[in-house]
Amino acid sequence: MKNIVIIDYGLGNIFSIKQSLATLGVNPIVTNDTKTVLAADAIILPGVGAFPDAMNRLNELGLVQVLRDCAKAGKPMLGICLGMQLLFNKSFEYGEHEGLSLLDGEIVKFPTHHGDVKLKVPFVGWNNLSYQEHRNDNVNSIYLVHSFYAKPVDAKITVATCNYNGMVYPAIVQKQNIVGIQGHPEKSATHGINFFKQWISKI
Amino acid sequence: MSATRYLRLIPRLDIKGPNLVKGIRLEGLRVLGNPNEYAKHYYESGADEIFYMDIVASLYNRNSLTEIVSNVSKDVFIPITVGGGLRTVDDISKVLSSGADKVSLNTAAVNDPDLINRAAKKFGSSTIVLSVEVIKESDGKYYCFTDNGREATGLEAYSWIKKAVDLGAGEVAVTSVDREGTGEGFDIDLIGNIASSVNVPVIAHGGAGSLSHVIELAKSTDVSGICVASIFHYQAINEIYNNDQNVIKSFNTTNIKRDSLHNSKIKPVSFKEAVAELKKIGIVSRSL
Repeated sequence: MKNIVIIDYGLGNIFSIKQSLATLGVNPIVTNDTKTVLAADAIILPGVGAFPDAMNRLNELGLVQVLRDCAKAGKPMLGICLGMQLLFNKSFEYGEHEGLSLLDGEIVKFPTHHGDVKLKVPFVGWNNLSYQEHRNDNVNSIYLVHSFYAKPVDAKITVATCNYNGMVYPAIVQKQNIVGIQGHPEKSATHGINFFKQWISKI
Repeated sequence: MSATRYLRLIPRLDIKGPNLVKGIRLEGLRVLGNPNEYAKHYYESGADEIFYMDIVASLYNRNSLTEIVSNVSKDVFIPITVGGGLRTVDDISKVLSSGADKVSLNTAAVNDPDLINRAAKKFGSSTIVLSVEVIKESDGKYYCFTDNGREATGLEAYSWIKKAVDLGAGEVAVTSVDREGTGEGFDIDLIGNIASSVNVPVIAHGGAGSLSHVIELAKSTDVSGICVASIFHYQAINEIYNNDQNVIKSFNTTNIKRDSLHNSKIKPVSFKEAVAELKKIGIVSRSL
């Protein structure tokens, strides 16, 4: 049984992630203890809230370097929503702030319009996932809540995109052991549970 | 780019203590049963989200939804918004930790608008929903009320909403108190104007008497979500409790079926059927 850790830094719907994983018979450890994190087989970085606050908390808990070390050591890591955004170099939410830099790129705000079409921001709701590589078992629907999105330097790390009134942006990214999902699998009904199932099967 | 209209269909559950209740114009409550059974039913039928509103929390100065929320989030894996009596950042934190994804603020935000700012900074704008309960007054303008439609604030709706969005509210849920529970249809002008005046998603609530009202609202406004209670609950009650009138009667001294027929403007519809009908005309919510 793999030892999965959910990082508890005070932000993110940890309760729902746990419930979702429980349906798969998985019981992760919820912790912010550096030793426990370093000993984990796989790490989930949740996140709901604002980027600067999240990074401050991770810094205060001494987890920034720990997460970087875990990533370097090849531990599977999954960033969810804000957690995915934290994986990148920097974000422009409430100023300019440095992230974990496990993935190259920046986090920027949705514009108010895409062409003539108004974009309500934050995007709140369900959307379909379009994959670069078709597979029969691809999860095709996800619930998202966000005002910011990722602009990766290397387009190849984008596994799937969402289309918001013509604005196409990364919904799932992956670089080796690092995976990020902009939406919330823990809130995406059976689609989300399947996403977790697939991620866990690859640990 | 498809011409699909993405619209969230959100069952609205008014909670009093342990019960799901339903009123008309936010008054005259009837008990409909166990809220989490309804939530599960709607989840399985394709609901996009669920909205729980504790309608007496503010009145009795307490917030008791955390237990309901932590129970429901064990089986219902769609977003849950919770409102009613949330007064402080700490209240919000407790509710979010028990499984809620978004919180709705009305009374507390009116009393301390900066709460919206503080909460948005801490939890993220998209977690904070401004809830407004609106009544049209004799001067033709819409004014906001608190405490479940009981207390006047004197705040004119459009300007308060704009202010709250500037302070960081990520969504606005608008309840037309005049229409709520009546089955007379949504206040299209009100919702349409609000939806076009702010850049955040707007959720409409109050007035649906049939699926055609939902469709009309979706087609005539830029609304992002529709919160519906009566037309779904009065059908769901039969599906959940297997048409057992003895069980249904036991929730209340009044006969539910007779009462919903009294208000013949309410045409109950099964949630699953509603989703299928909407899909046919290009209005979609989540895929099952």
